[in-house]
Amino acid sequence: MSDPFGQIGQFFLNLLTGLGVEAGLASFLLKVAGAAALATGCLFSTFFLIWAERKLLARLQDRLGPNRTGPFGMLQTIADFAKLVTKELIFPSGVDRPVFLLAPLLVVMSVVGIWAVVPFAPRFIASDVNVGVLYVVSVGSIGTLGIMLAGWSSNNKYALLGAFRTVAQLVSYEVPMVLVMLVPVMLSGSMGMVAIVEQQRSMWFVVLAPIAFILFYITSLAENGRAPFDLMEAESEIATGYNVEYSGLMFGMFFVAEFLHAFTIGALATTLFLGGWLGPGVDRYPLLGLVYFLGKSAVIWWSIIWVRMSLPRIRIDQMLALNWKFLTPLALGVVVVTAVADKVGPAGTLGRTAVQLVGNGVVLAFTLLALRAYAARLRNRPTLATPPAASTSLGAPAQ
Amino acid sequence: MIPLSWFLILAAALFSIGLYGVLARRNAVAILMGIELMLNAVNLNLVAFWRYVAPGSIAGQAFAVMVFAVAASEAAVGLALILSIYRQRSTVAAEEINLLKW
Amino acid sequence: MTALQIVFLIAAAFTLLSALLVVTRPNLVHASLWLIASLAGVAVLFVLLEAGFLAAVQVVIYIGAIAILIIFAVMLTRRVMSDSGPQVNRNWWGAALSALLIFGGLLGLFSQVPAVGSAFPAAIANADGLLEDLGRSLVDVNRYVLPFEVASVLLLAAMIGAIVIARPAAREEGEE
Repeated sequence: MSDPFGQIGQFFLNLLTGLGVEAGLASFLLKVAGAAALATGCLFSTFFLIWAERKLLARLQDRLGPNRTGPFGMLQTIADFAKLVTKELIFPSGVDRPVFLLAPLLVVMSVVGIWAVVPFAPRFIASDVNVGVLYVVSVGSIGTLGIMLAGWSSNNKYALLGAFRTVAQLVSYEVPMVLVMLVPVMLSGSMGMVAIVEQQRSMWFVVLAPIAFILFYITSLAENGRAPFDLMEAESEIATGYNVEYSGLMFGMFFVAEFLHAFTIGALATTLFLGGWLGPGVDRYPLLGLVYFLGKSAVIWWSIIWVRMSLPRIRIDQMLALNWKFLTPLALGVVVVTAVADKVGPAGTLGRTAVQLVGNGVVLAFTLLALRAYAARLRNRPTLATPPAASTSLGAPAQ
Repeated sequence: MIPLSWFLILAAALFSIGLYGVLARRNAVAILMGIELMLNAVNLNLVAFWRYVAPGSIAGQAFAVMVFAVAASEAAVGLALILSIYRQRSTVAAEEINLLKW
Repeated sequence: MTALQIVFLIAAAFTLLSALLVVTRPNLVHASLWLIASLAGVAVLFVLLEAGFLAAVQVVIYIGAIAILIIFAVMLTRRVMSDSGPQVNRNWWGAALSALLIFGGLLGLFSQVPAVGSAFPAAIANADGLLEDLGRSLVDVNRYVLPFEVASVLLLAAMIGAIVIARPAAREEGEE
């Protein structure tokens, strides 16, 4: 069983050509069927993800979570979706109908599309394009478009304001995220996801570039709109912002996209930094790679939920200041230091690790010094007779 | 087997449609959209010629990357200008932005 | 009619149709959505031309950034949430005529190019090394490092210029 999915694919191909379909058309049909199966699998997995998230959130808050519908409340998500599906799709007056309907589709497309380049196990990847990282960035940016169209087409001032704030957040945090995604590309010498995983056989990139990993984690949280960056749908502030006019299954689509995105972040962080499907025994039993991959992604996903439950929401001006004044320069510094250290450092695994860790240490030292100077400046500011305006308080990361 | 001429005809058509958009539309943002179509047509042309005439030399793709950079900067500055004009004159119709004619 | 030709014809028809709708739709938000569709069509054509990197860059830059900028500009430059007045100016027939003339001229020009009759050429010699070759060519002293550096200066100038131009006029003292 060295190549289970190759064998399954070959079986279906033989089946189709046996039925008289010509080879080119058969392989095209199989590709379409494979893509559909992957997308459907992702969307069905959200049933489990949403239930698990709710249980986890509940336990973190010292309560039980859904436990009535089905054993341990496992059917709760199915019940929720049944409710959403049977709700009436309300189109408020003045709404731009085609755009209104297109927006949730774009948001879901952007999340599901990322799964096309995620390597689950050796030789188990939907499509190993050699620009996998760039593809992830490009598909992720389509979600931003969907949110803006949702806010605009709702014919509602508050939805529009919420959409503007959301897009400002998403577009801003894309910059350090893309910069930091350059670090695994540089360390592995390729943009293809499988190549990045293969290059981590000697040493996971999280050891070579810990600051890059933390930055990727933070910026992906912001891209997803999860706490502490959940301005996008601050239920208590702007009445859920861009999706306020959505009802029924269209709202369900936004919901699904957000929860699936959290696990997608886990998958991407695993592939880029935590060694993907690598682990003991994976070359002999490739399906073990799937277990390792899902396990590592689940750990990251669990930590995302933990962070969500622990940190309060930050304001839009704090958030933008954090991005442009802290994360972007730090990301640039990390990219430059990684490039220089990789070029001048020794080629062997231990030597390379040591040099990269030294580089990261230098970046960390500079960051801490800069933060100390900034904090000292804030402390020693001349006090004003009137309290300073809220917009002058600059963001600092939760420390 | 796609002949080169198909790509060239497509690029020429895209360029002409963009040109019509630039010349015929009133709204400044719509004019910018026409310009983006023209730049896309140029890029398509460059990459088609690279692929068919000189795939060994990477010059076609490098040139296309430069066109991407130029398009991005031009769109950013153009839209900033349009926003600034809108703030001053409350209009973005190209024929109303004619202060030099006084 | 091979599969590749069918894919090309579908992508080309989609791109041209979307482009036509961009320049004719009076509703500007719809026009920008059709622009995104035609940009995506061009990305598919890049994939057909085996320039996968350029296809991804096309999606990131055009759809992920420029299109969002355009939609923002459309939304911020109107007083009411709908388009008012005619969207084409008085000389649209002149514009259509010049577009047709340019199209004809370009076709005439292309028929003079010696390579134009060729079907698909031989496969690229080192298809896997294309990306690396592109990267190296942009920093190679003997190749394209100068345009690369000039392009980065251009991007910096555009960024600073856009921020300065689009800034609100009055800034309060003490705001950092």
